Amino acid sequence: MIIFHYDKTFEGLLTAVFDAYYRKTFPDRLLGLEELEPLFVDESYMVVTDEEKSGRVWKGLAKKLSPITRNMLSYVWMSELPGSDELIFRYIRKALDSTHSIEMNFADDDVLQMRNVAQKVNKEKHRLIELVRFQKAADDIFFAPVSPDHNSLPLTLEHFTDRFADQKWIIYDTKRNYGYYYDMKTVTEMTLDSHDLFPEGKLDEKRMAEDERLFQELWKGYFKSMTIKERINLKLQRQHMPQRYWKYLTEKQK
Amino acid sequence: MILTLFSRPKSVTLHSMKEEILEKLKTLAESAKYDVSCSSSGTTRKNTPGGIGSTAGWGICHSFTEDGRCVSLLKIMLTNYCIYDCAYCINRRTNDIRRATFSVEELVELTIEFYRRNYIEGLFLSSGVINTPDYTMERMVRVLKQLRTVHRYNGYIHMKSIPGASEQLVREAGLYADRLSVNIEIPTEENLKMLAPEKDHKSVFAPMLYIQQGVLESGEERRKFNSAPRFAPAGQSTQMIIGATDDSDKQILNISASMYQQPSLKRVYYSGYIPINTNDNRLPALVKPPLVRENRLYQADWLMRFYEFKVDEIVDDKFPNLDLEIDPKLAWALRHPEHFPVDINKADYSQILRIPGIGVKSAKLIVVTRRYSRLNSESLKKMGVSLKKAQYFITCNELAAFNVNDTSPEYVRRLLTEKKMAKGKDNKQQTALLFPE
Repeated sequence: MIIFHYDKTFEGLLTAVFDAYYRKTFPDRLLGLEELEPLFVDESYMVVTDEEKSGRVWKGLAKKLSPITRNMLSYVWMSELPGSDELIFRYIRKALDSTHSIEMNFADDDVLQMRNVAQKVNKEKHRLIELVRFQKAADDIFFAPVSPDHNSLPLTLEHFTDRFADQKWIIYDTKRNYGYYYDMKTVTEMTLDSHDLFPEGKLDEKRMAEDERLFQELWKGYFKSMTIKERINLKLQRQHMPQRYWKYLTEKQK
Repeated sequence: MILTLFSRPKSVTLHSMKEEILEKLKTLAESAKYDVSCSSSGTTRKNTPGGIGSTAGWGICHSFTEDGRCVSLLKIMLTNYCIYDCAYCINRRTNDIRRATFSVEELVELTIEFYRRNYIEGLFLSSGVINTPDYTMERMVRVLKQLRTVHRYNGYIHMKSIPGASEQLVREAGLYADRLSVNIEIPTEENLKMLAPEKDHKSVFAPMLYIQQGVLESGEERRKFNSAPRFAPAGQSTQMIIGATDDSDKQILNISASMYQQPSLKRVYYSGYIPINTNDNRLPALVKPPLVRENRLYQADWLMRFYEFKVDEIVDDKFPNLDLEIDPKLAWALRHPEHFPVDINKADYSQILRIPGIGVKSAKLIVVTRRYSRLNSESLKKMGVSLKKAQYFITCNELAAFNVNDTSPEYVRRLLTEKKMAKGKDNKQQTALLFPE
C-alpha cells in the first residue's frame, strides 16, 4: 500500500496530485501529516504543499474540466466528509488520464459520487440561505449563529452581501468556530473568543436591540397562526426543515 | 471590535411599533393562510446601491409550518373586513371572526423588519374588499409603492388583484409587483354563482386579461428599450378550491390546461377544501380535507408542465376523475401497456420521461450517461430511479425481462398497491399457524 501524507489543505491535495505524476507512484490512501499509518505500508511519502505545483495542476485541470466541474471540486472539498479528498484525487486522475471528458459519465462510480456529494453541499448552502435567522443586536449588527454539517458558510456570502447590503451583519459557524463580518463595504473573516454572547443561540436580552424582542414575538406569533390544523403533517415539516437546524431558528426557540 | 460587540450605543431611538400589532398580525395571518400560493420564483433581481433585498429566480423557502407547508412570503391581508359573502371563504361578511386592518405604514415596516432578519423572501399581499374593489386595490398598491420607492426594497412581492378592480390600478400594481394573481376559486361558473352570488367568472377573467396584456406589452417594449419598466416579471398564478363543489378532475384539469396556454400564467394552485364554514348547507360536510385528491391534481399538473402529457391523456370521458390509489403517470402507463417496455439504452428522452418511477432529473441523467456506457439496473438505481415501479416498464442491459406485458396491468397494479406488511407481523402469523392453540 502506498501512503501520501499532506497538510489537509486543498492546495496540499493538488500538490499531492503533482507529486504523484512526477514520481509515477499513486497513493492508495491520503493521510494527514500526523495521522497514524495502517499496517503493511509499502511506501510512505510526505507532500510539501507548494503553490507553484498546485497552481500548475489547477491550470491543467482547466483544460480538461469545465468551470462548473472545477467549482464542484471545491464543493466536494468543503463537504469535509471522510474520504472526500481521496475521491477528489481519483476524480482528478481520471480526468487527466482520459482523452475525452469524463464529466458526464455518471456510470462511473467516482463521477456519480462527486456529483452526489457536491449536490449535498449545494443543498446545505441553500438550507443556510433559507434558515439563517438574524437577531438585531444593540449596536445595529444583525447576528446569526449557524452550525452546518459541511463547511458551506463561505458559499453563501455572495448571496448575503448582495441581499443585505445596507445593514451590518455577522454569520457565525459555531461548529467550526469562525464567521464573517460585513460592515456595509467588505466581508472579513473573524473569530469570537467565547460563545457567552449568545447562550442557547439567542443574544441575551441586554445585547438585543430595543425592538428585537418585539419582532421575534411577532414572527413567532405569525408562524404559529399560519398552520392549518386540519392539515397537520409533522413528518413533512421535518423533511423540509430538519430538526438539527431548529436550535437557531427564532420561530422554534422558546 | 470584540469587546464592544453587540453593546448598546448611548442614544437609542425608540421604535414606533406597539405590542398590539401582534394581535392584528395573528388575525390577518389567520385570514390569509388558506391561500396556498407561496412561491417566490420567477424573477431574478440583484440589489441596487443603497437598497435592500434581491430575488433569486428559483425561489427560496424560509420556514415550514407544522402542516409541512412552506413559508416563503409574508402572506398577509391588508384587512379581513369584506363586503362579499362567498360561502367558501373564511372572511365572508356573515362570519363571526375577529376583524382587523393594517395601516399602510404598519405593513411596510413589518415587511422590511422581517425581511432584514431573513425570516421571509418578500410580501404576499391580499385583502378583503372594503367599500369598492378600487378603493381596496388603491390602498394595496400604496403599500407596494412605498416599499419599492421609499425603502428601495428589491425583495419579492406577490399581490392578489381584487376582482372587479379597474384596469388602471392593475396596470399600476404590475409596475411594483413581481407576480399578480387572481383566483378562480370555483372551477365552473354555475357552481361559483351558487356559492358566491355576487361574483362571476368575468370579474376573474377581466383582471387576468389586464395582467396578460401588461406582461406582453412590457415584453415588447423591453425588446426595443432595455430600460423600459418590467411588468409583473414573474407572471401570474391562480387557485382553484377542490372538493367544495361537484366539479370533476376532468373539468378542473381542462381549465388548468387552457390557462397554461396563456404565456403569462405560470402556476395553477389546487387547494383541498377545508370545512371552515360548517353551517352552510350549500357546502359538503367533509370530515377531512381531500388531501390525496389535491396531491393527485398536482401530480397531473406536473405531468402537463414537465412531462409532455396532454390533458386528455390524463383524464377523459371514460376516466373523468384521477385514480386516488396510484399516481396519474402510473395510471396512464397501466392503461397503455402497448407503449412498454421501453429500452433505457435506446429510447428517446420523451419516451423515457413516460416511464413510471423515472423523473425529469433521472431521465436527463440517463440520456447523457448512456453515451459512455450501457446502463443496467444497478446504475439506474444509483441515479435515483425508483426501480420498484420502473422495473415493470423497462428493458435494460441485464435486467430479467418481466414486464407489464408478460403478465397484465391488473397484476402489476396489485403488486404496487398491496400494503406492505410490517416486519415481524408476518412471522407472528406463521407461528400462529404452526402452533395452533
